[in-house]
This record gives sequence, structure tokens and C-alpha cells, in this order.
Amino acid sequence: MKTNDLINLLAQDAPVRTRLGRVLALALVAGVVLSGGILLSTIGIRHDMWSIFETARVLFKIGFTLVLAVTACIVVFRIGRPGVAMKASVAALLLPLALLIAAVTAEMNVIPSAAWETSLVGNNARFCLMFIPLLSLAPLAGFMLALRNGAPKRPSLAGAAAGLAAGGIAAALYAWHCPDDSPLFVATWYTIAIAAVTAIGSLIGRRYLRW
Amino acid sequence: MRHSTREEEWAEWMRDALKGDTLAYHRFLAAVTPHLRAMARRRCDQLGAPASEAEDVVQEVLLAVHLKRGSWDPSRPIGPWLSAIVRNKLIDSLRRRGRHVNVPVEDVIDTLEAEEQTDAMDRLDADHLLERLKDPQRDIVRSISLQGAGVRETAERLKMTEGAVRVALHRALKSLAALYRSETREDE
Repeated sequence: MKTNDLINLLAQDAPVRTRLGRVLALALVAGVVLSGGILLSTIGIRHDMWSIFETARVLFKIGFTLVLAVTACIVVFRIGRPGVAMKASVAALLLPLALLIAAVTAEMNVIPSAAWETSLVGNNARFCLMFIPLLSLAPLAGFMLALRNGAPKRPSLAGAAAGLAAGGIAAALYAWHCPDDSPLFVATWYTIAIAAVTAIGSLIGRRYLRW
Repeated sequence: MRHSTREEEWAEWMRDALKGDTLAYHRFLAAVTPHLRAMARRRCDQLGAPASEAEDVVQEVLLAVHLKRGSWDPSRPIGPWLSAIVRNKLIDSLRRRGRHVNVPVEDVIDTLEAEEQTDAMDRLDADHLLERLKDPQRDIVRSISLQGAGVRETAERLKMTEGAVRVALHRALKSLAALYRSETREDE
């Protein structure tokens, strides 16, 4: 085939069906709705949520996971676009990290060191480790399908970003159920669960997001 | 032509193309190709690869630009997007052909155009891969690329609807890109 013939061929397929921004937005909404639905229809929201909402620990938990989800989603929305600068949005990921470190430091100052271990272990670590990955399935699948329309420079990094965002969304949803409020618990188990989803995303992305 | 004028023109064509303007898209691809060719040739020269191989690379890059055009945000300038796609695909394509290269960041728009030469030659890669497409797809690709037929004529000849031809064409191009990826990776 001559190059001019190829150009004729491509020109006939001019209209674009899937725009990256749109499919990503769709994936985000669908992922949040689906996973929110799973949360509500299975374990539900913690019944005393409203009365304890004012406590600093719960506010931190909700706020931290939300900030993580939002910053990671911003990375996902940019990473599939060639030629778009990534530095600022990647640097913004330090924000949730700083929040986490600050909360852990504060918690260690407030509670006696004898109580650190019980706070860290919590009551529902296994549940948390199971539910965050479960709730991240829908957003992760959505982001992967959407990012297939993108052209990420490093597919495994793009996959990891999708995993981090999906894990962040899942954590932000699970936080509404989670009865363990200590930042020590969040820093340990949430982090492990989100890291696992990020690693899975990276592995999937490496193959699936190649172009 | 000044950088910014050219960039604005390419962006304008691409915007129309995304909405389905076949002519504007043809203009865009035809305008970009000589620049791609110059870049690909320069790389192949450096590596001692024949100029004909550069043309295979050009075709692969064009296919990537085509399939990834939805990742361009029409409110942003097209230059950085195009340069990044081209650079990534150039590296990828040359590497899979067993040539290890360092492709510097180059502005596609600023690259001088190469004079048409190799275009007269039929390129082997694409033909070879076309053979592996399944039938309505292969037939449609042949009809449009080689006989220069439009979607409508092709639809009439094959007794398909225009919509079905469009869908099959799009799928064919996707499979072609996938074949490029798998084909050249076997000898890695």
C-alpha cells in the first residue's frame, strides 16, 4: 500500500467516535455510581455517621480519601493525553500524603503510645482490605477501558494512576462505612489496600494500555 | 509558513476532521506526512536503515495518529500533541524493527518537509498485514485504498449499508494497528 492510499483510507474514517475526556468522565461517573451502589446494597453506611461526623478523625478519614481520589483522578484525566504537562498534577499527589502524615503525627501526640497498637490494628482490618479492592473494581475497569482511547507515554504508569484513582474512590466510599477512625488504622490498612489496587493497575496497564 | 500559522491551520483541519469532515482530514494528513517522512528518514539514515523502511514507519505513525486522535483536546494547540505521539511511535516502531534508537524531542511542525520519493513504492508491511484481515474488512480496505472508492460506492458494491462499511473500516484500522504491534514483536 502506498502512503497516499493509506491517507485516503484514514480520511474516510474521519469522524471520531470516542473522545478521551468524555469516556473518562463517563467511566468516573459509572464507577462511582456502581461502587456506591455495591456499598449501599451490601454493608451500607455506618448508622451513627451523622452524629460522629463532627469528630476530627472521621472528618480526616473522609477528607483524606476524597483528596486522594480527586488528585489521582486529575492525573488519570491528563496521563492519556500526549504533550500535556504532568508535573503539577503529579506533585499534587503529595497533598493527600502530607495530610496523612500530619494526621498520623497528631494522633501519635494525642493518644498514649500504649494505645498505638490497638488503634493501628483496629477491628475490621480484614474487611477493609477486602472491601476497598472490591469497590475499586468498577472504577478501575472503567478507567482502563477509557484510557485505551488515550496514548500514554508509559502504559504501566498510566495503569498505576488508574489503580490509584480507583483505589482512592473505593476508599472514599468505604470511609462512609468504616468503623475504625484512627489515622493509624487509615495509614496502615487503607494504604495497603490502595497500594495493591495501584500495583494491579500498573500490571494491567503495561499490557492493556500499549498502543 | 510560520510555525504558528501552520499549527493553527493543522488544528483547524483536525477540528473539522473530528466532526467528520473527510476533506479537511485528508488535508491534515497530507500536510503532516512530509514532515513525518523527514523525521523517519533522518532516524533511518542515522541507523543505516534503508529509506524504504522509513516509509513503513511513516505509515505506522500515521495509523497511530489516526487511532489516537480522540486524545487531542481541541482547545489545546495541536503541535505538542502531535510531536509526542510521533516521537513515541517512532521509538516504538524502530525498536520493534530491532533498531535501538534515541529519538530526540523534535517539533513535527518545525521539521523540514522531505521531498516525495519513496511514496511511489508500494510499502510491504501494510500489504502483508492486510492479508491477515478477515473478509468484509479486507475487501473494504482494498476498495477504498487501492481503487480510491468512497464509503458510499464501497457500500453499494458490497451490498452493505454505509454505516456497516464505516464500522468495518474503523475495526479494520484498529486490527491493522494491533497486527503491527504483534507482528514485529515476535522477533524481539
